[in-house]
Amino acid sequence: MGQHPSTFRPSYGRVFLTFARNSLIRDMSFRSNFILQSISTMSWTIMNIGFYLIVFQFTDEIGVQTGWGKYQFFVFLATTWIINSIIQTFFMPNAQEFSELIRTGNFDFALLKPIDTQFIISFPRIDWSSLSTCMMGIGLLSYSLYQLMVVAADPLVLAWPVLFLYPLYLGCGVAIMYSVMISLAATSVWLGRNQTLYNFWFYLTNFSRYPMEIYKTGWGMGLWIAFTFFIPVLLVVNIPARFLARPLDGMTSANWQLAVFALCASIGCLFVSRRVFKRALRSYRSASS
Amino acid sequence: MTWWVIFRISLEERFVYRGDFALGTLMRFLPIITQIFLWTAIFQASGKSEIVDYTRDTVIAYYMLTMISRAFSSMPGLCSGIALQVRNGEVKKFLIQPLDMLGFMLLSRVAHKAAYYTIAVVPFAFVFFLCRGFFPGWPEAPVLIAFCLSLFMGFLLGFYIEASLGLVAFWFLEVSSLVFIYNLLSFFLSGHMFPLDLLPVWAHNIVNVLPFQYLAYTPAAIFLGKIQGPELWTSLAIEMCWLLAFVGLARIMFHRGIRRYSGFGG
Repeated sequence: MGQHPSTFRPSYGRVFLTFARNSLIRDMSFRSNFILQSISTMSWTIMNIGFYLIVFQFTDEIGVQTGWGKYQFFVFLATTWIINSIIQTFFMPNAQEFSELIRTGNFDFALLKPIDTQFIISFPRIDWSSLSTCMMGIGLLSYSLYQLMVVAADPLVLAWPVLFLYPLYLGCGVAIMYSVMISLAATSVWLGRNQTLYNFWFYLTNFSRYPMEIYKTGWGMGLWIAFTFFIPVLLVVNIPARFLARPLDGMTSANWQLAVFALCASIGCLFVSRRVFKRALRSYRSASS
Repeated sequence: MTWWVIFRISLEERFVYRGDFALGTLMRFLPIITQIFLWTAIFQASGKSEIVDYTRDTVIAYYMLTMISRAFSSMPGLCSGIALQVRNGEVKKFLIQPLDMLGFMLLSRVAHKAAYYTIAVVPFAFVFFLCRGFFPGWPEAPVLIAFCLSLFMGFLLGFYIEASLGLVAFWFLEVSSLVFIYNLLSFFLSGHMFPLDLLPVWAHNIVNVLPFQYLAYTPAAIFLGKIQGPELWTSLAIEMCWLLAFVGLARIMFHRGIRRYSGFGG
C-alpha cells in the first residue's frame, strides 16, 4: 500500500503459497470428491502395473540387451508417474484454464495484475489429488530399487552422485514438460480456442513413456532424433530413470553426452517457451465483452 | 417422421466442425506408433515369434481393430448426460411428450455415430491402408459378417450398459463415481489395453463371465480368427443374451425410476 508501482516487487513465494493454500481449501471443501479422485488416479497406476506384469511374463526385458529388465523398467515407470503427477498437480489445470481465459477474454484481468503474467497463469490452481500418483510412484520406485539391490546376481549399488543427479534430472524433465505445455497453451491466443490441448499433450508425451532404445530401429530413428533433439520429450524420463535404475559406472560417453544435453535442453526449452509465451501476449487482442 | 427429424438434427449437429474432427481422429492413431515399437522390442527380447498365438503383427492389428470396436461401443457423455437430465429435471419433458426417452437417446446416438463414421472413415481408411502389412489379410465372408454383427451388438450393448448406469441417477442423483469405476474396468477388462488372451487362465476365466469383452476384444478377436467355428457363434449368442439383459434392465430401471421421480418448480 502506498508503494509506487515501479518499485513494487511482488513476493512470488508468498503468492505461490497463497495459491497452494486456496487450492487445498477448495479441495478439502469437497472431501469425498478429493478422496475419489485420489483413488481413481491410484487405480489407474495399478492397472498400468498389471499390464506390465503381464508383459514381463513373456519377456525378461524391453528390447534386446537394453538393460530395461522388469525392475529397471518399473523404476522407469515410477519416474514417469512422478514427473507426470507433478505436471498434473501444478500445471495441467492451469494450462487448460489459460485456454479458457483467452476464449472468454478474462485474460485481461491476469494482464492487469502487478506480477509476471506467465507466473500467474502457471500456478493459480493446484490439483492436490494428482499427487497420489506421485505417492504410488515413490512406492513403486522404492520397491523396485530394493528388488534390484537385494538380487543375488549383480545387485545394484547406488552411487552417492545419483542421489543428487536423480532429483536434478527429475527437475529437468518437469521443466521440459512444462515448456511444451505452456507453448501449446499459448497457441490458444492465435487459435482462439484450444480444447484439444490435453489430446495434443497426451499424444506428444506418449512417446516419452517408453525407453528411448525401442525407437532406435528402422524409421524409429527419425522419431528418436525428433523427440530427443527437437522436442526433447524422450529425455524427460529416460535420463533420470537411467541414472537410478542402472549402475553409474556403466554409463558410456554417449550416455553422459546425452545427460549434459538434457541439462542444456531443459534450460533451452524454458527459454524458448518463455519467448513463445511473450510472443503470444503481444498477439493477444482480448475478446469482445 | 418424428424419428427421422431427430436423426437429421443430430446428424447436422455433428457435421459442423468436420475438418477439426477428421484431424482429431487421425491423431488418435499416434499411440499405435508407440505400440508398434513397444511390441517389436518385447517380441525381439523374448526371442519368440509368437506369444500366446499372437505374432507382433497380430498384436498391432489387434490394437487397430479395437479402435474400431471402441468407435462403436464407447458412449462418451451418455451416462453423465442422463444423470444430468434426471438431476436438473429435464427428464420430465419425456414424461409429458409422447416420446420414449431411451428410444430418443438411442436414435440420437445412432445419428452421432453415423456422422462420426462418415467423417472418420477417411482417416481410418488411410491409417489401415498404411498399416495393411500388419494384417493377415481379409477374413472369409462369414467371419466378416460375424465381425459386423459383433460390432453392431457391441454398439447396442455399450449404449444399454451406460444408459443403465445413467438411470441409477433416479436413486442416487450423482453417478460420476460409478461412471469412473465403469470406465476403469471397461478399459482393462474389455481388452482395449491388451489382447485378453495374454491374461493368466484364472483371470481370463473371470473376464469370460463378464460383458466387458464384447466392447473391444470380441470383434477384434473374431476378425483375427482367434474365435472360430462353433465358439464364434456361441460367443455371439452370449453377447446377444447380455444385450437383452441390459435392454431389460434399462427398461425396468426407467419405469421404476420415473415412478419415484419428482420434479419441483418451473
